[in-house]
Amino acid sequence: MTARTAVIGAGRAGIAGRLSDIFWRNPRIMLALLLAPPLLWLGVIYLGSLFALLIQSFFSIDEFSGLINHEPTLKTYRELLVPANLDIIIRTVSMAAMVTVGAAIVAFPIAYYAARYATGRWKALFYLGIMLPLWSSYLVKVYAWKLILAKEGIFNWLIGKLHLTWLLEAYLQMPLIGGNSLSVSYTGTFLVFLYVWLPFMILPVQAALERVPGTLIEASYDLGASPRQTLRNVILPLALPGIIAGSIFTFSLTLGDYIIPQIIGSSRLFIGQAVYAHQGTAGNIPLAAAFTVVPVVIMGFYLWTAKRMGAFDAL
Amino acid sequence: MTIAVSFTAVSRHFGSVKAVDRVDLEIGEGEFFAMLGPSGSGKTTCLRLIAGFEQPTAGHIEIFGETVEGVPPYRRNVNTVFQDYALFPHLTIVDNVAYGLMVRGIAKAERYRMAEEALALVELPGFGNRRPSQLSGGQRQRVALARALVNKPKVLLLDEPLGALDLKLREQMQEEIKSLQKALGITFVFVTHDQGEALSMADRIAVFNQGRIMQVGSPEEIYRQPSSRFVADFVGASNVLPPDFTGAGRWASLRPEAIRFTKSGGRPARVVSHSFLGGQTRVALDAGGQRLHMLLPSADSRPDDGSDVQIAWSDGDLHLMDDGK
Repeated sequence: MTARTAVIGAGRAGIAGRLSDIFWRNPRIMLALLLAPPLLWLGVIYLGSLFALLIQSFFSIDEFSGLINHEPTLKTYRELLVPANLDIIIRTVSMAAMVTVGAAIVAFPIAYYAARYATGRWKALFYLGIMLPLWSSYLVKVYAWKLILAKEGIFNWLIGKLHLTWLLEAYLQMPLIGGNSLSVSYTGTFLVFLYVWLPFMILPVQAALERVPGTLIEASYDLGASPRQTLRNVILPLALPGIIAGSIFTFSLTLGDYIIPQIIGSSRLFIGQAVYAHQGTAGNIPLAAAFTVVPVVIMGFYLWTAKRMGAFDAL
Repeated sequence: MTIAVSFTAVSRHFGSVKAVDRVDLEIGEGEFFAMLGPSGSGKTTCLRLIAGFEQPTAGHIEIFGETVEGVPPYRRNVNTVFQDYALFPHLTIVDNVAYGLMVRGIAKAERYRMAEEALALVELPGFGNRRPSQLSGGQRQRVALARALVNKPKVLLLDEPLGALDLKLREQMQEEIKSLQKALGITFVFVTHDQGEALSMADRIAVFNQGRIMQVGSPEEIYRQPSSRFVADFVGASNVLPPDFTGAGRWASLRPEAIRFTKSGGRPARVVSHSFLGGQTRVALDAGGQRLHMLLPSADSRPDDGSDVQIAWSDGDLHLMDDGK
């Protein structure tokens, strides 16, 4: 039977060889083995702890004893609507929205250039430029910004050299967005958030723009659309899934962050800080849990609205 | 005859590459004009120069007597059917077709009416609410055609529009595009690398090679009287014969169907092989070291491969070429 051995190769002997054959014939077993560990991790440790958190939010704390009452109740959620807590939520959501819009505006031209014009070495330089800040410690970057924006910092020095101190002073005089200096104002918080999360907006937008064929843009021009009309009617709608993906990052990261507003800003609380405070010193786990549910609900609502508005139609 | 498009010594260089090299060209109004050539011959760049996507490095382009250098594509009353159709994936078919009208500010009801008319013209009535992804290649092609035609362009440019279709559909679309052009009377400029397509559809053909036009003429002229070896080679399956074979001191072309077998007084040749093409059979011959092809009706009797035969043609069929290139 020499002819047969010529057709079917000898293959690997032993258990390993037989196992490969079994896997080849039953790809589902292979898939199950590959997916089991990560699914266990995701299901039990990650989703499980999230679920535990969700349950905590339906408990309440006894104001006198400070003990947790394990009766299911909506009392903690009512507490969220107390003006002081509502303020925290509104402040955080507004900041997240501003950061997202700001990031989209700054990211779009950069991503557009990278996707449509940059090639070879310039493209490599682009990726390096975007990724490099992500390699250094988050805390280092935030503290660096505190120094940059401080009253004695380089930014004020530069403004002084440009004889624009009066402009900055006038800006800082403004209510809400102003403050003693940039580093203790909401503007400072905004700038640092924008800086830290910008790569998370640029990369998905660039990926979306890269998938837009150049002929679509030419077709738009060909049919009489000016560059502005082409941007509005072709490029932006096709980049929208990327912008939405980016905004999910910038929005949710800002909603959850508790370090930046603590180091740079007006020392008024954001959701992340409130969670930190309530689960730590205050020991009010139910309220902390209820606070963490807020970003989850907001993100869910945001995605649902984006889908309803057809943001993912071009996918 | 009004001149629709004229090129005067137009060049377009990309770095050191001369994509278009001193091209002179005149396309008449209402003409179906084909630009034929291998890939990289400059035909598509010429089309993009008319559309406005490229600007000439040197030379002068006029469309209906108006100088168009520096005029952006969106100000030119010229529309393009793209090779990959370039339909907007996020818009429905009717919005795709109405796009040109929409950016011109035509009211919704009016532009939808015109779009439906254009879709009826390309035999896709009632497809308006679908998305491009739900259509077949041939249907997308028709939508692309309707989207361009609805703007009533002075010149319609078609960039290898049939390249992605299968053979049967391509032949059908060739006929439809041809009759559409006759009915509308719009100047069509058609880029293709398929000589059969150019010969069957065009009123006139320009054959491109290496950025230059080798020959311009009617399909008959291009086919029967190629001016150069390149044209004879590229257009149709002509036999290209060197000077020492013809004895006329010049290169010549000889169409395969002009060769016949003869009993006596012909050139001796040997049958090398044959291929069955359906209605016709192509026979490869070796005539004293020169490879020749001839076409026979498949119904005719044919000498066996390897047999010695004599072949002949009438002097009128041997076309001497000016250009040895």
